[in-house]
Amino acid sequence: MRVALFIPCYVDQFYPQVGIASLQLLQKLGVQAHFPAQQTCCGQPLANSGCEREALPIYHHFVDTFQDYDYVVAPSGSCVYHVRKHFDKLEQTAPVQKVRAATYDLIDFITQVLDITELPGQFPHKVGLHLSCHGQRGLHQANESEMTPVRDGQLRRLLSSLDGIELTELDRNDECCGFGGTFCVSEEAISARMGQDRVQDHLRNGTTILTGGDMSCLMHLQGIVRRRQLPMKVLHAVEILNGTRF
Amino acid sequence: MTHSSRAATFVADADRTTWHDETLWFVRQKRDKAVYAVPEFQDLRELASQIKEHTLSRLDEYLQQFEAKAQRNGVHVHWAADAQEHNAIVLDIIRRHNATRVVKSKSMLTEECHLNPHLIGHGIEVIDTDLGERIIQLREEAPSHLVLPAIHLKKEDVGATFHLHLGTEKGNHDPQQLTEAARQHLRAKFLAAEVAISGVNFAVAETGGVVICTNEGNADLGVNLAQVHIASMGIEKLIPRLSDLGVFTRLLARSATGQPVTTYTSHYTKPAEGREMHIVIVDNGRTQQLGRPDFRASLKCIRCGACMNTCPVYRRSGGHSYDFTVPGPIGAILSPNIDLKKHSSLPFASTLCGSCTDVCPVKIDIHVQLYKWRQVLTEAGEIPAAKKWSLKFMGRFLASPKAFGIGGKVARTGLRLLPYQLTHAKAFNAWAVARELPEPPKQSFREWYARTVE
Repeated sequence: MRVALFIPCYVDQFYPQVGIASLQLLQKLGVQAHFPAQQTCCGQPLANSGCEREALPIYHHFVDTFQDYDYVVAPSGSCVYHVRKHFDKLEQTAPVQKVRAATYDLIDFITQVLDITELPGQFPHKVGLHLSCHGQRGLHQANESEMTPVRDGQLRRLLSSLDGIELTELDRNDECCGFGGTFCVSEEAISARMGQDRVQDHLRNGTTILTGGDMSCLMHLQGIVRRRQLPMKVLHAVEILNGTRF
Repeated sequence: MTHSSRAATFVADADRTTWHDETLWFVRQKRDKAVYAVPEFQDLRELASQIKEHTLSRLDEYLQQFEAKAQRNGVHVHWAADAQEHNAIVLDIIRRHNATRVVKSKSMLTEECHLNPHLIGHGIEVIDTDLGERIIQLREEAPSHLVLPAIHLKKEDVGATFHLHLGTEKGNHDPQQLTEAARQHLRAKFLAAEVAISGVNFAVAETGGVVICTNEGNADLGVNLAQVHIASMGIEKLIPRLSDLGVFTRLLARSATGQPVTTYTSHYTKPAEGREMHIVIVDNGRTQQLGRPDFRASLKCIRCGACMNTCPVYRRSGGHSYDFTVPGPIGAILSPNIDLKKHSSLPFASTLCGSCTDVCPVKIDIHVQLYKWRQVLTEAGEIPAAKKWSLKFMGRFLASPKAFGIGGKVARTGLRLLPYQLTHAKAFNAWAVARELPEPPKQSFREWYARTVE
């Protein structure tokens, strides 16, 4: 099984520890992932801003980079969703189809491909899980509150398997954090307010470690936590699952 | 003015924003409870979606069937290509009866056509009889929500409005007393009205009848008291058979307010003896939307407002920030069809979280259409030039591994070395107004990987 690690552009530059944790966790689970150095980005920031055509060279570069792998694994549901859904704009050659089908969010790869639903380890903290919209609604990683009151999802199950962990029950289980790519800049006021409300829900319900599967939402929430100097730490879920201690 | 600038004004009043958000979230929660209690709800959504898709695929046939049946029932049927024609037809009917007093029950279509100013301009008194509509009519505002037109107002605002216009006691904002004042005021208007105008929730092709759903019974009061009933409907309101109706009435109220069904679901098929009934069938841009494959499904909308209640952006920015008759996520996909330039910022007023799509009772792929409108707007040159150029540059940059590696390093180093006041200057860094930038690490992942693994 040839597995490539796709590290989203902003994770590469600002959160290398998330990339390292992804690589190490996969290794612990018996997967030797390779990081193709020529990779850049999935093109989502452009496409979501209406510049799908300008993003096409990035799509081609992505396919060229990853076409020889059986799986492309990324610690970001949003980028994966983008590759799966929006690479339909490319001519659907065999490599394009292969890459679209082979691209997995790390959590989905662990639970669906490796068929692992429990991980050893302990994390005796009150952890608040931020469900990211693209992962939850786009990749169906968790139940939507619009459909059912049952709170369940792949990441929730994996985290729950850690000893001593306590997951926060939020007032609004799956409300968007307000990041939204370039939305966070073009609609700065609403974006900030949404993030503040999201953080407040966690704070009110006792979260001390805020986590999730998508670093982009977490970057936005972390920006608010740090600005307000709140007693809360923000970690990508893979850092917790890989055994980062606090 | 863009959505973001209007939204920034709304959100600046933090307390009102909190209240607006919580009020609408309460409605969303009521909706959830009502929906969870119906095990076949998702099947109903699918069924409703298919019925609407089928109807749209043969809309011409169903419209003709509807017209023929309605005419056989003794109803006058009129066709209006646009708002102007609609308003002229309505005014003409009113004039032919030498009427000057009109009551109107809630109708977003007549809002869309700006019927009230048109009639008032021709000396007709037109009174909105839905309580929320009446409140905003007195204030000369537009509705800020499909189902809850005055949801942006607090009871204190209503008290002040009624004091000014209906003579209630100053400072009195007791909801029961205000409602009673409105009731007394409207009763006189109902009794005096010569013509009643209503919207249409569903038009049944099989029977030629129209169905109107209200919680206040105001449509019924108006229609049953006046000599003439004018029902205005968009062409998309059709359903094929009466037996299809139950699917929609089960979905509509649950999605809108969390009620099992609206308090009044009234069928109007023919005029009472000695009275007149008119139906005005309006296009006003709808066939154009029907001809856009990517956006056709927006015509399935049954105007429940669920997408607004769930939308985290709408809840915090208020309906007026959309500056379109239908606000919220659904409005953001309907409005560019009407005026691409004027409404060019609306498809961007979303994080594309997808909650609107999941909550929609007729399964309109709202967030997918928002994404598609963004592409159309860019192609049409309707996004700000600075944004376009910076994204173009970004495209080149992100397609080149070399540029990406160097550029990332320069940015990180810059962030580390430049003074905080500069990197977090609110004037040119929107991110930094309310948020800290991430702390730049010394090495990127790719640098770490090259040194450690390879």
